[in-house]
Amino acid sequence: MDILLNSLASVFAPATAAFALAAIGLNFHFGLTGLLNMGHAGFMLLGMYGYAISTQNGAPIYVAVLVAIAAAAAFGLLLGWPTLKLRGDYLAIATISAAELIRYLGRSNSLQALTGGSTGIRGNDFKFTFEELSPLPSENITILFWTNHGSLSSSWWLHIVAWVTVGLFALLFWLLARSPWGRVLKGIREDEDAVRSLGKNVYSYKMQALVLGGVIGALGGVLWALGNSVQPDSMGRPTTFWLWTLLLLGGAATVFGPILGSMVFWASLVAIKGLASAFIPTSVLSPVELEPFSLVLVGITLMCLVVFRPQGILGNKRELAFND
Amino acid sequence: MTNPFADVPHEPGAPKPDPIVIADHVHRHFGGLTAVDVKHFEVQRNQITALIGPNGAGKSTFFNLLTGFDKPQTGEWQFNGHSLVGTSPAKIARAGKVRTFQLTKALNRMTVMENMRLGATAQNGENFFVALIPGLWKQREKEITAKAEALLKRFKLYEKKDDYAGELSGGQRKLLEMARALMSDPEMIMLDEPMAGVNPALTESLLEHVVELRDEGKTVLFVEHDMHMVRRIADWVVVMAEGSIIAEGPADTVMKNKAVQDAYLGAHHDTDLSEDAS
Repeated sequence: MDILLNSLASVFAPATAAFALAAIGLNFHFGLTGLLNMGHAGFMLLGMYGYAISTQNGAPIYVAVLVAIAAAAAFGLLLGWPTLKLRGDYLAIATISAAELIRYLGRSNSLQALTGGSTGIRGNDFKFTFEELSPLPSENITILFWTNHGSLSSSWWLHIVAWVTVGLFALLFWLLARSPWGRVLKGIREDEDAVRSLGKNVYSYKMQALVLGGVIGALGGVLWALGNSVQPDSMGRPTTFWLWTLLLLGGAATVFGPILGSMVFWASLVAIKGLASAFIPTSVLSPVELEPFSLVLVGITLMCLVVFRPQGILGNKRELAFND
Repeated sequence: MTNPFADVPHEPGAPKPDPIVIADHVHRHFGGLTAVDVKHFEVQRNQITALIGPNGAGKSTFFNLLTGFDKPQTGEWQFNGHSLVGTSPAKIARAGKVRTFQLTKALNRMTVMENMRLGATAQNGENFFVALIPGLWKQREKEITAKAEALLKRFKLYEKKDDYAGELSGGQRKLLEMARALMSDPEMIMLDEPMAGVNPALTESLLEHVVELRDEGKTVLFVEHDMHMVRRIADWVVVMAEGSIIAEGPADTVMKNKAVQDAYLGAHHDTDLSEDAS
């Protein structure tokens, strides 16, 4: 029963929302435009740093969010400027290394005063502006089977804000994907030269998609940080690959794919961990091995997905699938 | 209609009475290999001009240069009196010169209708901020859709409008690409091997469509291997070999040209190359 409740809790946890939001950003990149961004975690981490550091320095919450957005936008412009004129693979190489660069810079000793080095920034140092806005009472509140604090850390307040944000950006995706702007992006995904021959400035559109998706990723990072802390190593390459996994799991180029993908991904991760610790004796699998074990299972799930349902849960096989 | 080519000499680089495209000294080499070296080239407005030549003659490269998809080392070329040197492919298309591709570039995972709509111009909804407010672009979208439907009917693709472009046959994709190029009402349309991979049944209707384009007042320049097509519809034929223009003229005159026959068959095709003959 606990396993079931924990899994259900992770379906609507703020962390799930944070990943869903970041995956919506990635969906602008890959689902609409076909850009291979392999460093989405870098955008998230930049957003987290931007938000946390400006709050630490006394910025009000809206300024902190704007700083996060500006940091991601600048990063996107910088990354796209040399790479978007080249073939797609180069963007993949550039983004994966640029994201690692951000992480290494963040955890380096020379920036310790600003970023807190490898320990990062403690939650209490930057969460207060958000928590002060909470209209909910500052106490534990139980809804059905689940108990969370009203305003602190992974609070009900954060639950609400996170999912409303996800909803708004899903709406934005829906609106843009069916607009003429989105049509140009889909055209670029299919064949850049054809779109060029029809008189569209492909470079500019790719840049717009990269920056917009990156900014959404940064906001996902902010949501993540509000439920946890700013920890550079939590935003390494695995995070990017999880984002890809859950986007493809849910169905790329769909409105609800990233959201459903994130829910299924996190719920099954929690369920697998719970089941493994309940049924596999510690002599066979020690507690420290549980996490890697469940990730191995996630990897196998992804492989099965590629084989049996390449378009993802919600995807349209005629529009976007792995194997074509 | 009087023949605009009546006074045009049958020689490479011949000046035309009303040229829409003029190119001078266009030179493109890849390393040590000269792909294109055209001294002078003109395309007569509102006529069908064919660009032919054996494999490797530099036709497609020259085509890419004229449409901005490749950049020459030297050269000048203009369209409608405006120089196009250093102009991006998108700007050239917006100026009214639209091309298709040898390997058809239908946007496979978009519907036929979406392919068509993408070809339209003056849709402000292609701007990010305008796109956010559907009220600002819905009206134009209706006009575009009506135009696309008319074109699809003309190219006999209307029944396929909600199918994905990837589900069409090769020939239908060629038709779609041509129809899509027409969405922007170009003055000039450049077709890169429009007949490649098209079955004979569809060839006939493709030919008719090309002739119709001219009759509507558009200029057509096409690259082709198929000599039947060239004979049937081309008003003027330009022959390239080894990067240069070697002959120009009406189809029948050009085919009889010694230089052209040599280029296609080899200069020594009727000489015995065995040792004891020398």
